[in-house]
Amino acid sequence: MKLLRIQLACELRVLARNGEQLLLILGIPMLLLSFFSNVDILPTSGQSSVNFLLPGIVALAIMSTAMVSLGIATGFERSYQVLKRLGATPLGVPRLVLAKALSVLVVELVQVMLLIGLAQVFGADLGALNIASLVLAIALGTLAFAGVGLSLAGRLRGEINLAAQNALYLVLLLIGGIVFPLQELPSWLHWVGRISPSGALADVMRDVFSGTSVHGASSLVVLLCWAVAAQLSAFNLFRWN
Amino acid sequence: MSSALHASENVGLSVSHLVIKYGDITAVDHVSFTAQAGRVTVILGPNGAGKTSTIEACEGFLAPTAGSVQVLGLDPFLQRKQLNRQMGIMLQEGGIYPSARVAELVRQYCALYGNGVDADVLISRVGLQSVASTTYRRLSGGEKQRLSLALALAARPHIIFLDEPTSGIDVNGRDLVRSIIRELRDAGCCVIVATHELDEAERIADDVLIFHRGNVVASGTLEELRSGREEIRFRSTSRIDLHSLSTTLGLPVEQTRLHEFTVAGTSDARVIVQLTDWAKANNVDIGDIGAGSQRLDDVFRRLTAESAS
Repeated sequence: MKLLRIQLACELRVLARNGEQLLLILGIPMLLLSFFSNVDILPTSGQSSVNFLLPGIVALAIMSTAMVSLGIATGFERSYQVLKRLGATPLGVPRLVLAKALSVLVVELVQVMLLIGLAQVFGADLGALNIASLVLAIALGTLAFAGVGLSLAGRLRGEINLAAQNALYLVLLLIGGIVFPLQELPSWLHWVGRISPSGALADVMRDVFSGTSVHGASSLVVLLCWAVAAQLSAFNLFRWN
Repeated sequence: MSSALHASENVGLSVSHLVIKYGDITAVDHVSFTAQAGRVTVILGPNGAGKTSTIEACEGFLAPTAGSVQVLGLDPFLQRKQLNRQMGIMLQEGGIYPSARVAELVRQYCALYGNGVDADVLISRVGLQSVASTTYRRLSGGEKQRLSLALALAARPHIIFLDEPTSGIDVNGRDLVRSIIRELRDAGCCVIVATHELDEAERIADDVLIFHRGNVVASGTLEELRSGREEIRFRSTSRIDLHSLSTTLGLPVEQTRLHEFTVAGTSDARVIVQLTDWAKANNVDIGDIGAGSQRLDDVFRRLTAESAS
């Protein structure tokens, strides 16, 4: 437990010093939520802007932490041989993986609390929010995106991985119905968005925050499939050195 | 070629018929050797000779294609957990978060090993007090090497693997690294150093292994490697007819570097007299004449040339 705590503190310290990562995991989601909640230019299907945006922005935050931030950091640590060196200490590989997973969960907790707090300032109605469902959605989203991020990080060189993660982030942001409804996309792209991990997580989050089941079980099943497939992919593709 | 440096019960590292292949390429080809606790064993070889692959197999980073490795009596690949507590590692480069600060890293590693090493004492032992709050990415090449050495020392190791430990370090830093290596040896640690710097090997080695093209081409103490290999060395800026000089002396003469020549196979004073007589007769200026055992770089050059042919 002591070794895990030491490594978790190190992971969080390194993250806190990385300005680009802080911009990605906190700056961009909070900026998008603040801007579009106060500038009424999005088609929001009759909902208030903030109520429409909050679930998608939480999904975006999960994606940015579990996929992009974790993936880029791990990719560079792999290139710099940090993983190799730490693997040769008494910490060992299992504790190193667990410390990384815990650091992602800590960051996500901070993100969700800040985003919900900010949304409340802008007048969001959170009366129907189901906390247990929110935790489940975050867990599945984290597994799915961490799997995708680590699959790329485990094979690509640091710089190529950086570019690939950012490009994928942008694509998943645009096709996932995060800042506008998926119905606004052309029909073929609408369906691509629905079966994408970002689209599935955004749909599940909308049901969780509204306390409804507009998207039914299909989005949850899609997200579950992504979680399983991405973890299997990471397990098979990831290389420590 | 198989070799055993010293038969002893005090063996820190034992490598037996080690083979490492990357696809069709054989990086290490049936290498065997042992290294003792309380001695510094230097693995010498040019780039691509198989040094780093051998060390990585010993550190547990690479699974051998064939053969076996025992480190402190443990299999480094299968018994990694037990070994990690008592093994210090200094990678050839990297291994450290660029944004981490020196003192934080040393404290982190001391805490991870939990062997009672005081981080502040360690930082000052490697001479990094003045940069204790500096991030790794802002350190000079030599400071990075010293930090990497400090992280290896945090293990209070029984065996330590140092890959090119003096690469990029200035003269004072090299003296510091050498003194730490001597301290480790005197404390009974099995010290394994991989380097391609022959001068460095000559200064720190108790035992030497020379790798070439995935094989050990020679092994032994420095004295053993140099014994029976007497030579006379001299300098000259004149143009020397090597054939004429060699015929006069009855011994092979070769140019080893710019303006440096050796007469192989002897250190006899009578040959030195013959040499100076020949120089006078042929109007050749020679100087800095010395005689004795062959230098390690000459031994290395000869052995790797023999292996290549």
